[in-house]
Amino acid sequence: MKKIFASANAVIAISGGIIVLLGYFIDALSGFRFFLLQWSVILAGVAVLVGIGNLFSVHLQKIRQGKPGSIYSVVLLFFMLLTAIACFTPALKPFQGMLLDGIMLPVEVSLIAVLAVTLIYSAIRLLRVRSDLSSILFLTTVLIVLMGIGPIPVLGQLPVVSDWLRPFISTVLATGGARGILIGVALGTLTTGLRILIGVDRPYGGK
Amino acid sequence: MTSTGLAGLGIVVLVTILLAFLALIHRRSPFSFRSIPAFWRVRRAASLVVEDGTRLHVSLGNGSILTPAGASALAGLSLLRRLAEFTSLSDRPPIATSGTGLLNLLAQDSLRTAHDAVVIDETFDMNNARVTGFTPLAYVAGVMPAIRDEGISSNVFIGNFGPEVGLLVEAADRQNAAVVAASDSLTAQAVLFPSSSETIIGEELYAAGAYLQSGPAHAASLVVQDILRWLIIVALIVAAGLKAAGLL
Repeated sequence: MKKIFASANAVIAISGGIIVLLGYFIDALSGFRFFLLQWSVILAGVAVLVGIGNLFSVHLQKIRQGKPGSIYSVVLLFFMLLTAIACFTPALKPFQGMLLDGIMLPVEVSLIAVLAVTLIYSAIRLLRVRSDLSSILFLTTVLIVLMGIGPIPVLGQLPVVSDWLRPFISTVLATGGARGILIGVALGTLTTGLRILIGVDRPYGGK
Repeated sequence: MTSTGLAGLGIVVLVTILLAFLALIHRRSPFSFRSIPAFWRVRRAASLVVEDGTRLHVSLGNGSILTPAGASALAGLSLLRRLAEFTSLSDRPPIATSGTGLLNLLAQDSLRTAHDAVVIDETFDMNNARVTGFTPLAYVAGVMPAIRDEGISSNVFIGNFGPEVGLLVEAADRQNAAVVAASDSLTAQAVLFPSSSETIIGEELYAAGAYLQSGPAHAASLVVQDILRWLIIVALIVAAGLKAAGLL
């Protein structure tokens, strides 16, 4: 039974993928492509609900087993239920905005602030973790770009660095390098997609 | 069909034929690839978790499968499946975290398939693959406690991340856990370079399957990428020459 199920999954995934891909190139198939894409959007919506269920289940399991940090799971489940009640009760609509603007956004902003400190710390200890030519080049570039990006107290704009070196690094060297990496990523995306399309890679189960 | 559509279809057909042909060649005489230390470290990490009874964590990021960013997540799923096969016999099975519902379903399926292939008498815990949050920062905030509390000794971050991946690397560092990280996003790569000791840059992310012996098609796809890269280089040089000569 499992084998039949896995084979059916593969047939649906491969045929669906081929039709969507051909729909990009053949006009006659583009209508059917949109139809399949609409289905996939609905399925993605259902998957979000399944994901919320998974989040709930993971934290409930953590509380039941008394794992370390399970108090945070209690807080998470409490606010999860509170948000659900606020979403489904029209009278509590203002409260929904308060949960988002008063709790979610400030917490995310504070995480970004922590991230800024973390990045500075990582840059400082880079040479200790990895002392090679690429690290030295990385740090030198960071320093040049930072020095050229804004006026330095007392000195103001640095003549050559601000006018020529920083623009040259960011518009020529960095852009060229970024495009090279993006071309590589695009080629990787193409071959990964085709591997799944011909059924060699099956992230949906089966061998 | 427009000429652009025809060219696109031609490229897809050419790449598919090349993939199949090179996979056949690889079966007869395997291709050899340059050494990428990060993948060697991934294999070592997988062996270590089995030996010392700790846990491996694979973070798949929050790229939607319905967008081009999903390809990096698919490469991550392929790596997850392979690593799960290596480590399913460990006392503590691997966990996978993701930031979208679809990706989580696929991660659950990958882990279950690997579990069924290796372990017979234990039931599979679906919560080993979990969603930790639906926005990038909520996702990271949910993964950090897992890194701290679940006895994880090795972390593989592979998929679509933003700069917030720096927080994950920092959380793993605090636990003295090994980190191998790869992302298709340039911003994340820039953050990972100073933060992590083993960063996989650019398209090396898609080479994971080939370096972990996931099959001939993975090795063939690396060679196809190289062939296409050379074709693009030649096309760029020719186009630049023609432009300089005033013919384009």
